[in-house]
Amino acid sequence: MIALPSAELKLALIELYDEYGAALDDELERWPEFFTETALYRIVARENYERDMLWPTMSCEGRGMMLDRIMAIRETSMFAPRQMRHFISGVRILGRTEDGYRTQANFLVGESQVESESRLFAVGRYFDLVVRDEASGGFRFAEKMCVYDGNVILSSLIYPL
Amino acid sequence: MDLQAPPWSSIPYDLYSDPAIYAREQERIFRGHAWNYVALEAEIPNVGDFKQTWVGDRPVVVARARDGEVSVVENVCAHRGVAFCSQPHGNTKTFQCPYHQWSYDLKGNLLGVPFRKGIKGEGGLPAEFDFKEHGLNKLFVTTHNGVIFASYDPTMESIEDYLGEILPYFDRMFDGRELRVLGYWRQRIRCNWKLMIENLRDPYHATLLHVFLVQLSLNRADQPSSAVVDRDGKHGAFTSRRGGEIDPEATKEIAAASKSLTLQGKQMLEPVHEFPPPHTLVMQTLWPNVIMQQNLNALAVRQLVPRGPTEFELHWTNFGYGTDDEAMIRRRTMQANLMGPSGLVSIDDSEVIEMAQRGVQRFPELSGVIEMGGLGIDSVEYTATEAPLRSMQKYYRKVMDL
Repeated sequence: MIALPSAELKLALIELYDEYGAALDDELERWPEFFTETALYRIVARENYERDMLWPTMSCEGRGMMLDRIMAIRETSMFAPRQMRHFISGVRILGRTEDGYRTQANFLVGESQVESESRLFAVGRYFDLVVRDEASGGFRFAEKMCVYDGNVILSSLIYPL
Repeated sequence: MDLQAPPWSSIPYDLYSDPAIYAREQERIFRGHAWNYVALEAEIPNVGDFKQTWVGDRPVVVARARDGEVSVVENVCAHRGVAFCSQPHGNTKTFQCPYHQWSYDLKGNLLGVPFRKGIKGEGGLPAEFDFKEHGLNKLFVTTHNGVIFASYDPTMESIEDYLGEILPYFDRMFDGRELRVLGYWRQRIRCNWKLMIENLRDPYHATLLHVFLVQLSLNRADQPSSAVVDRDGKHGAFTSRRGGEIDPEATKEIAAASKSLTLQGKQMLEPVHEFPPPHTLVMQTLWPNVIMQQNLNALAVRQLVPRGPTEFELHWTNFGYGTDDEAMIRRRTMQANLMGPSGLVSIDDSEVIEMAQRGVQRFPELSGVIEMGGLGIDSVEYTATEAPLRSMQKYYRKVMDL
């Protein structure tokens, strides 16, 4: 048997992932809030991950690059409007680090465009490092790697995962 | 319609959705007189290395055989048609079909058939069954400076002659230096494959559609550019260079140029010159299935894989050079944010060509007009032109016998 995490810890982590998914889908401007100032964010295809090539499909070093990404989505990119919907589950604690936890979770993301039915856009895993935020008492991501299983991106990856 | 206009100054919309046209393209273009890009040698450096890839919509396997030669065979067992190779890449001594374990060497020659002589003298293959007649279907293969091409046509000229006037641009990126594959992207785009190539051959759209680049002053209508085509018009190379003061006359018609933008994360765009001046961007479209991308330090091969008349896949192989230091790898990785399925520049393209598809397939009786820059089909040194689209259309019609 593995040792059970405290209910408070598990709940705090599930809360972090639930709020993260909700923010991505409906309040994109809040996305950087979930990260530390210098956090590393990467989206990587499984075929690269499995070959130890962490070549990102999207990457941000720090909140500044996340804000640039949001600015581009809002102001400069041209794309057909769509609604994304995150389903995050299976939050696991892989281990403790000096100031936080290595965590993993599954994601499933749906995409709905105006002229077409909803489709399954991405399925994969998050491999993250979460650290305590002194001010709020909750957690933030210091690292987040989104590994998508199906290597083919359907059309374009506009929004972060 | 302009009565003097040659037929290649317009594009009939049914070319983007008609299944009969699509079938003819597979036969006449991808399986016709063309060198198709299939892989980089850096992906299969060792004997026994293989990679699954595509020529048109046909699955093929590229492998390095025992004598070091590169072979390309169709991924279809000569027995019952099973796609025997299901690993995207790997290393093997032989190809073996999982169904009845027919095995082939890496050049596609049939090596073994289980129970060939039957079981206890009963059954088995006829005595006259000739193994030489039942190998895998083999394609003709050539390489140039680490890039592998395949063809179904036994009469192909050398790859150097095939690339013709575009060869200097090709050799700029692939000069024989060791290549280092950095990672892959795959993208399924819901439009006809030609719309992607045409997008790369259309200098007119660049400063109008790509607001991100324009607002960062990375691409402007007044910067020196050229749109080069080879003597047949089948290949193209678009070049551009940054620098100089903004010419208000050249940018006043671009709505997006009125604002300017600064990045909070400067590391996304800290390019260095790594190629001889003057170009800072060279985009090659090599007939029929590949785009060679050099935008600042972002280097990639973009292979087109048609998936029926109204869909295709874009397979990106991002690379650097064996001599890259950590700083250069990091630079390429950061600049990757501009390109690919999530690229701040290329999203505009993959999205707009899907919108183009939604338009053209609902109006197959209409035609698009490509008269920007006149009716000429030769290389030009400006961007307000559609000459490379006309030269492609002319070559396409010739090959398709339309």
